[in-house]
Amino acid sequence: MMSAAPDHSPTFARLTLIDRLGRAAPYLLVPVLVVLGFLAIGAPTSWLTLTVSGLAMGMMIFIMASGLTLVFGLMDIINFGHGAFISLGAFVGVSVLFALPGWTDAASLPLNIAAILLAILAAMVLTGALSWVFERVIIRPVYGSHLKQILITVGALIVLEEAIHVIWGGEEIFLIRPSELRGAITFAGAALEKYRILAVVLGLAIFFALRVVLRRTKIGLIVRAGVENPDMVEALGYRLKLVFIGVFIAGSALAGLGGVMWALYEQVITAGMGENMMVLIFIVVIIGGLGSVEGAFVGALLVGLLQNYVAFLEPKLALISNIALMTAILLWRPEGMMRVAKGH
Amino acid sequence: MGLRLLSGDAPRSGILSLLLIVVFLGLALAPFLFPGVRALHTAATICVFILLVASYDLLLGYSGIVSFAHTMFFGLGACGVALASIHMGRGWDALLVGTLSGALAATVLAYVIGLFSLRVRAIFFAMITLAVASAVAVLVSQLFQLTGGEDGLTYQIPRELTPAFRFGEVFGTNLNGRLLNYYLVFFACLALFLLLLRLVNSPFGRVLQSIRENDFRAEAIGYRVVHYRTAATCMSAAIAALAGSLYAIWLRYVGPDTTLSFEIMIDVLLMVVIGGMGTMYGAVIGATIFVLAQNYLQNLMGVAAEATANLPLIPDLIDPNRWLMWLGILFVLSVYFFPSGIVGRLRAGR
Repeated sequence: MMSAAPDHSPTFARLTLIDRLGRAAPYLLVPVLVVLGFLAIGAPTSWLTLTVSGLAMGMMIFIMASGLTLVFGLMDIINFGHGAFISLGAFVGVSVLFALPGWTDAASLPLNIAAILLAILAAMVLTGALSWVFERVIIRPVYGSHLKQILITVGALIVLEEAIHVIWGGEEIFLIRPSELRGAITFAGAALEKYRILAVVLGLAIFFALRVVLRRTKIGLIVRAGVENPDMVEALGYRLKLVFIGVFIAGSALAGLGGVMWALYEQVITAGMGENMMVLIFIVVIIGGLGSVEGAFVGALLVGLLQNYVAFLEPKLALISNIALMTAILLWRPEGMMRVAKGH
Repeated sequence: MGLRLLSGDAPRSGILSLLLIVVFLGLALAPFLFPGVRALHTAATICVFILLVASYDLLLGYSGIVSFAHTMFFGLGACGVALASIHMGRGWDALLVGTLSGALAATVLAYVIGLFSLRVRAIFFAMITLAVASAVAVLVSQLFQLTGGEDGLTYQIPRELTPAFRFGEVFGTNLNGRLLNYYLVFFACLALFLLLLRLVNSPFGRVLQSIRENDFRAEAIGYRVVHYRTAATCMSAAIAALAGSLYAIWLRYVGPDTTLSFEIMIDVLLMVVIGGMGTMYGAVIGATIFVLAQNYLQNLMGVAAEATANLPLIPDLIDPNRWLMWLGILFVLSVYFFPSGIVGRLRAGR
């Protein structure tokens, strides 16, 4: 007679408070920073204005950074050419806005927003399409070699930027926002720019949409699994390469979207804007943890808020506040706030 | 003897040896072969850029680390000389103090950056250097009381190094301070280049190359990868700063466009890749071709653009302002098709 299998009762150790705090710490940093900002600034109205503009800036940076971090996480590709898609998106979007003066000048909010959405759509379609070509021509031959990837994509960034100069001319282009999005509303005594509120709303919508796609859909499951252990996912029969191309196109389209929003935020566009944004994006991606969308979100909010607070308190320090933030976070967690568990 | 001077690293290709000799003689005799202010300036620029590119190659080609802060170190060296010459007055001591403090500052900064980024992943280094370099570039233009901002700084160097100091005539060439200044730059660059050659052919250089090929294995054999990478970063930064100091001594002017801008960073990247990554001689060939092209080909583009002014699109494409686009295309193509650059090609085709 066979002896019965020994009793097997798996136990799950509860996470200790410290563990849970450690996991939640990055999320907690944002409210902590907001409170610290309140204490340092003192005046509630200025604080509210700065917080909203910091959040708006953070959301826009997040939109641009999310694609980059996912592409890295999934395929170990570092794409310095990402900035070119930001510039390109901005130029396409602004051209669309210029082509629709009837919609942007009309004193109607729905029509204004429709114009912006149309501009965003055009920018996303174009950058998405271009990124498909970009992946085939530029990135495909240099899989696996970081050194070559960096060199090639930097070269591509320069060529695309110069191509923008050839098409749209070498001068910077100034624009004004659609009529209903100019100016500010007053809330609790603080002046809040209308466009910044729109940017926060749009940014939050995109963050939650990304989260739903990544956490609740099958494709999201494959992407997340691919980030953690690509070999295993391929062994299970999924063609990760196709998934990757999809993510690359989506990420570049998001860069184009971010470019349009940033153009409307700054109200001036130059071919070099994407390159300049790449600096902030890299900081965000590094402090968030390469490959982590949530990390990029928290990192972007921290960068946006800190830059606005510091610019108000001590304008001279604003330039190095981001570097200081990056230094502090890397001292705390050398791999970024939310390290992506790598199965290989 | 000759081979010992080259640290046993022979060019290993007939054409390459010939090219190197031509470049060496051309630069050594430049004041006599190519009279004229502009030609001498081009020659001095080539000397400085050979050194700068060689120091970058120590990082990119030999250690496999991509840095975007190399012009920042170059700029630090230049700023050191400029600030010392302004605050200490005209003199050799100011040049010395400026040069040394610039090199020291560059080394310390490189160490700190390396500490933060190389510890985790070498790929962080590219991104972090880009962030730091752009922050420093903005900082320099903001702190204009100290750095002159966009206008830059002009200052005086010892009289013996300026054209006003004359001491005779040989073969129809005036012997003046400008000549002395050129030879100061030339010999300093030559000495530092030979030092770099010595460095990459030493056991230390071999370890760097093994890390480039397979860092995991190098670590397993027992070499502390982080230490070697950080050391390479610091040395490369220090030599870049020295190149910057020499350039500042030659130009008697320091400004963001001549030392700090991202464009120079791109130029340096291009020179390394075209010349050949991982060979010091690549720096010589790459820098010489590039600086000559930049000084003379860009004018040609302007002429061509004017000649085709009536055609559509073509004048836009060959406008001298589009110089960078063609460089970018050349860059991408050379990374694809000639990853070992001109020197690699010549050595392979022997």
